[in-house]
Amino acid sequence: MPGDAHIQDGPARTLGYETSKLGIWVFLLTEALLFGGLFMTYTVYRIKYPELFYDGHLELNRVFGTLNTVVLICSSLSVAAGIAAIKRGNVKLLKHCLGVTVLLGGVFMTVKYFEWTEDFARGLNPGTDIFFSLYFMMVGVHGLHVLAGMGVLSAILFLAGRGKFTAGYYTPVEVAGVYWHFVDLVWIYLYPMFYLIG
Amino acid sequence: MKDYRIYFIVWGSLLALTFVTWRVSYIDLGVLNVVAAMVIASVKASLVALYFMHLRNESRLVWGFALFPLVFLSLMIFGTLSDVLFR
Amino acid sequence: MQEAETTASPAWRGYLEEGGIRSWASTLDHKRIGVLYLFTTLFFFLAGGVFGLLIRLELLTPGPAFFSDQTYNEFFTMHGSMMIFLFIIPGIPSGLGNFFIPLLIGARDVAFPRINLMSYWLFILGIVVILFSLAHPMDTGWTFYTPYSAETSASVTMLSFGIFLVGMSSILTGLNFIVTIHQLRAPGMTWLRMPLFIWAMYATSIIQVVATPVIGMTFILLAMERIFGIGFFDPAKGGDPLLFQHFFWFYSHPVVYVMILPAMGAITEIIPVFSRKPIFGYKAIAYSSIAIALAGFLVWGHHMFVAGMSTLASIIFSVLTFSVAVPTGIKVFNWIATLYKGQITLETPMLYSLAFIFLFIIGGLTGPFLGALATDVSLTDTYFVVAHFHYTMMGGTVMGLFAGLHYWFPKMTGRMLDERVAKVAWAVIVVSFNVTFFTMFITGVEGMPRRYAEYPAQYQTGNVISSIGSAFLAIGVGIMFWNFIRCMYKGAPAPANPWRGLTLEWQAPSPPPTDNFEEIPVVTDWPYSYAGKGAADAG
Repeated sequence: MPGDAHIQDGPARTLGYETSKLGIWVFLLTEALLFGGLFMTYTVYRIKYPELFYDGHLELNRVFGTLNTVVLICSSLSVAAGIAAIKRGNVKLLKHCLGVTVLLGGVFMTVKYFEWTEDFARGLNPGTDIFFSLYFMMVGVHGLHVLAGMGVLSAILFLAGRGKFTAGYYTPVEVAGVYWHFVDLVWIYLYPMFYLIG
Repeated sequence: MKDYRIYFIVWGSLLALTFVTWRVSYIDLGVLNVVAAMVIASVKASLVALYFMHLRNESRLVWGFALFPLVFLSLMIFGTLSDVLFR
Repeated sequence: MQEAETTASPAWRGYLEEGGIRSWASTLDHKRIGVLYLFTTLFFFLAGGVFGLLIRLELLTPGPAFFSDQTYNEFFTMHGSMMIFLFIIPGIPSGLGNFFIPLLIGARDVAFPRINLMSYWLFILGIVVILFSLAHPMDTGWTFYTPYSAETSASVTMLSFGIFLVGMSSILTGLNFIVTIHQLRAPGMTWLRMPLFIWAMYATSIIQVVATPVIGMTFILLAMERIFGIGFFDPAKGGDPLLFQHFFWFYSHPVVYVMILPAMGAITEIIPVFSRKPIFGYKAIAYSSIAIALAGFLVWGHHMFVAGMSTLASIIFSVLTFSVAVPTGIKVFNWIATLYKGQITLETPMLYSLAFIFLFIIGGLTGPFLGALATDVSLTDTYFVVAHFHYTMMGGTVMGLFAGLHYWFPKMTGRMLDERVAKVAWAVIVVSFNVTFFTMFITGVEGMPRRYAEYPAQYQTGNVISSIGSAFLAIGVGIMFWNFIRCMYKGAPAPANPWRGLTLEWQAPSPPPTDNFEEIPVVTDWPYSYAGKGAADAG
């Protein structure tokens, strides 16, 4: 990466790779704390208003929620496969995998769009009650992260098309992949928290 | 091919666990529903972290930063609950 | 370690060579980014200071003096918000930290230079958004408590987004520093051979990356409450206003350690140099920095003792609050032990460091009165609290910043400050600081509430004394800044190592070239091997 020019002389062959990986994990730490506040709010209010959460979760569209979970899990597979591909120098497969991942991200957002449109039509919105405030906030913030991830992966896809990545250099792909898996990971918790627990 | 294989296995496990957690939610276990759902979610999350995110092959330093947030999250939650639940 | 060639020719400009707005605005050089941050944060120190002076002006009389009560509320909100979010939190870390962390560890730059630049522009963007919110100035106090902050007609939503952006800047800086310190140390620089400023900055960065996201979320939730009617903090919807305070203080308490740790780091560098003695208790200072950072996360409830929190939580937080005093006390002990039997010289950096120790001890010792439940009930929200945090934040952090600025001015600018003017400014600042703020301990114990535009007549004497003190404080600060500005252009050319320090930045020319070192040094010893007793701690 151009920024690497500033990084130390010395045993630098893998320094940029290790440095970037450390960087993304520290970033994910901050993301965990960002969502953490919302998880705390969920915990506090769930304990205070169990019936509200029970009633609320019945109103949610479980089919859409489960579908979205499956979609994200598949998107994690595709990005992981893409990284495995570029490790072997297979740029073509990397591009296909990245494309599939972005596409699946789009599917997720589309399903979410239909789901929320339906919710709004039934009079459920962020101001309805605390359960729905939490639902829309947490799923909303998560959705923003999905969009950001799609943006980043699209940029990576574009660079892959330009021949930027080889078996010897794929740091940005791996970093973006780790971020995408985190987005999947958060949803793995949001799904049962809102759609399943009664 | 070996690399791809492990990803497919993890993917399959994640789908299976999703199926399980979805079905279990229809059975009334009272409080255990919450426990079951969170445990299954945590297993899924661990699979994603260990295999997809390659945490399994990472240094202890990275593990430190990966687990660190859990400590602070617990702190935040327990500290707040010590107030909210005991007023 | 060899001394670098002195590049004392005034023509040598180092990293400052290339001119033009474009080269500054798009720089990837950590030194330039540090300078940009310093100028911006010091500007807000002055702006926030002006609001502080307006507060003191209004408080000259018990009744209304020059401004309405509403305007007064806006003044203290602006004073607090500007000072905290735009000056003191970013100040030393993003200013001196950016400039000196790579130099101190023998690196050419931080790990992610482009992210560094992005963090500065996010900071600026956040400031612009905050300035837009001045259309309807905040009157909530810098703590923005609900329910008032959810209801007031002030531009809370816009301000929330502004602070969110400023917070993102802080997070990226902290992230950059953590990775830099782990990955880019010069060959031979083990953790126990790092300068203690680096240990302090590492601890600070940990706090920044863990705590700041929480305040980010807090402000988002506040904005959502105003826009969408989300009811987390609204009792009418089943929400809890105190939840806001938990969120808010989970960040805002650890952030005071973001404020103080870098200042402690700076004076920990300065004291050995001007005592010509190794630092006493290197490991104790290093580990206590980490301990302070971690312990700082355990105590946030001590801001909420009278807010309606449960007795159980109050007791737990009160007990935990006392724990932070231990690592802090260890540091104070070690500084004093370093001074003991040292060959002390009193250049201005040392004067500010000594002032730091004295004033911070007072600020720190007044903390337990507030941490103890029983006394806090009487003292909370009085001027005792105001005095406590000004002694720690101004008597502590700001003195540490001034110490660092005087110490590192030659390295950053290639010029020496005028020592006599600097000392005059120091004397005026330290004396008037005490006049201004010590009085507040007394009025506070006597019961004067904070954030009141009008107060009972019995407190007037104390208030007048404080206000007079504040005027002289402003004069002292003015003299100091005048010295800075004048000497940036007309100061005597500085040698590479005017203070004969042993840390790596003094091996580079003053000012350093863009890539810092001709050759990355190989480190074989800790940086405190001054001739003198106490080398036993050498790492």
